[in-house]
Amino acid sequence: MLKNRIIPCLDVKSGRVVKGINFVDLKDAGDPVEQAKIYSDGGADEICFLDITASNENRDIIYSVVDKTSKNCFVPLTVGGGVRSVEDINKLLNCGADKVSINTAAVQNSKVVEDSSRKFGSQCIVVAIDAKRNNGGWEIFTHGGRNPTGINVLEFASKMEKCGAGELLVTSMDKDGTQSGYDIELMKKISSSVNIPVIASGGVGTLDHLVDGIKSGASAVLAASIFHYGTYSVNQAKQYLASKDIPVRI
Amino acid sequence: MNVTIVDYNSGNISSVINSFKEVAKDKVNIEVTSDLNKIKSSDKVVLPGQGSFKSCVDALNNISGLVDTLNEFAIDNKKPLLGICVGLQMFADVGYEEIETKGLGWISGKVSKIDNKNGKYKLPHIGWNELNIVKDSKIFKGIENNSHMYFVHSYELVPNDKSVVSGITDYSSNIVCSIEKENIFGTQFHPEKSDKAGLKIIYNFINL
Repeated sequence: MLKNRIIPCLDVKSGRVVKGINFVDLKDAGDPVEQAKIYSDGGADEICFLDITASNENRDIIYSVVDKTSKNCFVPLTVGGGVRSVEDINKLLNCGADKVSINTAAVQNSKVVEDSSRKFGSQCIVVAIDAKRNNGGWEIFTHGGRNPTGINVLEFASKMEKCGAGELLVTSMDKDGTQSGYDIELMKKISSSVNIPVIASGGVGTLDHLVDGIKSGASAVLAASIFHYGTYSVNQAKQYLASKDIPVRI
Repeated sequence: MNVTIVDYNSGNISSVINSFKEVAKDKVNIEVTSDLNKIKSSDKVVLPGQGSFKSCVDALNNISGLVDTLNEFAIDNKKPLLGICVGLQMFADVGYEEIETKGLGWISGKVSKIDNKNGKYKLPHIGWNELNIVKDSKIFKGIENNSHMYFVHSYELVPNDKSVVSGITDYSSNIVCSIEKENIFGTQFHPEKSDKAGLKIIYNFINL
């Protein structure tokens, strides 16, 4: 039986791990390579790096971080943040990323998703969707959650599936950083409307939130703060899910 | 000893390289090349593969003489070869991803899309699933039955002769997840991404 995945996410800025509250107010902490190794040794099913480096000159740092991490971690590594083009994806894959997540570029030009999934295979193309509630539905935001687009999230999710995305990483902007749980309604709606796996993200504060995320239909649950600040270990999270009869790899 | 990872532009092979180098340490030389002479003279060959069946077969065919060299290595000289993911799938006679495409024909059978039971099962089959060992395989030495392996695929190998199957996994139906036929080995899952158990399989292959 396929197990539900627990994915710790590391927000990386200029080569250092940080974690934002509602995408602002960043606190500095930790070396990404070391953190990733701790997570993979602790049973993480995948590791996710989100590069939130703003300036272009520091952007290249992520390549060496990915390169070092992939030589130490033998579970899948997903890297996202600032990915603009097929060439960016190619570079990250060559450095040892197993999957690349595309956010703003996918919204601006869906051809990036089409071209990259054709070139590298759907298995390594994750489309990251930042969703915010609006008028009874959800709207896509880009640029790290700063820019509204007027695009309906569910329509966009279906479109990305057709373009060849292998997975959708869905973050609720309303919930991110609040530690009040995933936007369960959003996860349910998206999971039932596409046939590709959905990774739930944004808002985890307790282990029950992870349980709720899986029950909403997501194939994987992503969390940053609860692991990063040591509130829970990945292994504790897995034991807890298993105790709630949710299949996990232990 | 030389182990060659065939670099034929089949997509991202950096994780395969990293894991083989990690396991080999300094004891075994890991080559990454499409050089036909180096492949011929190596002791073992790894055939990775990502993307579609068609794109991988096309990429193999784009390197003049590569298919013949692989045939000579694995079929005529019976030297150990490990196919990973689409690398395994290409052992079949034919694949049906994108359009009907001829495979290497080493394992009689076809590669077809996993039945998603009308959307009940999401595709790709992504994540950790159990390896149910159904036949002793040299590469599974020391691997516990039902160990978790990392999968990413939407297509499955359907061999005509089930006796080549060494492991299956349960996703929608019993999917072939590994084969052993004489000197030919293959895993549908990614040992290079399957944590300690995966590295152990790589170790077993290197030390055959």
